[in-house]
Amino acid sequence: MHPAPSVILFSTLSGLGFGLLFWLGLGFPDVSGGVAFVFFAIAYSLAVGGLLASTFHLGHPERAIKAFSQWRTSWLSREGWAAVAALIVGAAFGAGLVYMDQRLAVLGWAASLLSLATVLATSMIYTQLRTVPRWNMPLTPVMYLAYALAGGALLAGQVKFAIGLLIVAGLVQIACWMLGDRALAGSGSTLATATGLGRRGAVRAFEPPHTGNNYLLREMVFVVGRKHAAKLRVIAIALAVVLPVALLMAPFHHVLAALAVLSHVAGVLTSRWLFFAEAEHVVGLYYGKR
Amino acid sequence: MTALPETTQRQLGLVIDLDTCVGCHACVISCKGWNTENYGAPLSDQDPYGADPSGTFLNRVHSYEVQPPDGAAQLVHFPKSCLHCHDAPCVTVCPTGASYKRTEDGIVLVNESDCIGCGLCAWACPYGARELDLAAGVMKKCTLCIDRIYNENLPEEDRVPACVRTCPAGARHFGDLGDPDSDVSKLVVERGGMDLMPEQGTRPVNKYLPPRLKDQIGTAPAAPMPDVTDQPGGFLGWLDKALEKL
Repeated sequence: MHPAPSVILFSTLSGLGFGLLFWLGLGFPDVSGGVAFVFFAIAYSLAVGGLLASTFHLGHPERAIKAFSQWRTSWLSREGWAAVAALIVGAAFGAGLVYMDQRLAVLGWAASLLSLATVLATSMIYTQLRTVPRWNMPLTPVMYLAYALAGGALLAGQVKFAIGLLIVAGLVQIACWMLGDRALAGSGSTLATATGLGRRGAVRAFEPPHTGNNYLLREMVFVVGRKHAAKLRVIAIALAVVLPVALLMAPFHHVLAALAVLSHVAGVLTSRWLFFAEAEHVVGLYYGKR
Repeated sequence: MTALPETTQRQLGLVIDLDTCVGCHACVISCKGWNTENYGAPLSDQDPYGADPSGTFLNRVHSYEVQPPDGAAQLVHFPKSCLHCHDAPCVTVCPTGASYKRTEDGIVLVNESDCIGCGLCAWACPYGARELDLAAGVMKKCTLCIDRIYNENLPEEDRVPACVRTCPAGARHFGDLGDPDSDVSKLVVERGGMDLMPEQGTRPVNKYLPPRLKDQIGTAPAAPMPDVTDQPGGFLGWLDKALEKL
């Protein structure tokens, strides 16, 4: 799949933002006043910034409001609802902390739950697609949630939680890659089933329908960069998990913590790039590109 | 609402005969011609006369080589457009309700004024039947020529999809696949019509008729040419040795 920068930025930043909101809602750290304001400002700039970035790839962003209408069937619509609800409830909870020094615990728990629901809905947009076997597995939402919780704990300064969750996220990530590498073969879709000609003999793509490029090839048959996948996986794990964990284990210093956050963000961006770039859409079978 | 209808009154669709298709791409051109100037946004081209031309098409013809275990390889031309699936995954993923399946005839359509151009429906389609138009920013797909098949301003013989009307080989058939007595349904039964990628669970309405088996001529296939390089003598032998020594 085409790794669109807007979607990679969106899922990384808003995952972090909602992850932080999850921890703030539970009272980790238990802040109020100006400090709470800074924490909530960070969470909201990440979450809202990510959501805005995601509208950049739309053909008609001015109609984005219509995307709230189909929550009964569409995970993209549910994501919109969950995000708005989490942001509104979180804002009410945050306003209590910042301006009234009041911890309205129920609102906080609701904001935490809605934040997780948002990340889950985002991951389900990809998980639901049978056409992309690498995404179509139960571990995909686990990975999204693990990254959001780990990144959120990191931003919230919850060192013990962050170390544990980063390691969990790393393990889930590796499991996703291992299962993902076998997913297309396991899906049963081949050029033989795509054309229905497999019963006759071995099928080979002889001539493509068009000599130039097209939307399908650009969007769903992305192959450039896969040759560096193995190296990028190592880089992603090193930056997202190994380096931050090492930095967190060192005696605490704000510079080290900031480095851990930057490294983690760079690692998750790399992982998300791979998430798209490595994903094989079955339409590629028709073009003999799988 | 992007929930799929439980049942549709009719199941209009295409039956495509892979035995008859000659791969002329006339259906591709007539489809683009009709649909760029009728229902919905035009099918735009980008850089059509330049170095990197591309454009929106609702119907495309692939060609495949099939090599049976015995006998000669066979070339199969393979037109592909929207299959108007019963369980269309492109419909349920749509966040705005722009993508829908009609209860009266089963046609899958896009309401372009509701489409935000997110592209998720194109991702959900295993067949590559949907293409986002880069000029209009909305999703385009086969409408089964909705503006022809019910159009009483056209002569009756023209009230079929443009691709069916234009096919010079008669490889494309249009009709109600929900009616077991329709011509298309009988054709599917008679010729063993098949679904594409049944494992994707989309239950396509469109069916493909497999190529007929080739006649077997009662002689053995032509023997391969004898291998001239096997123990060459004379001039070739000398050349072979001379080259070896170099």
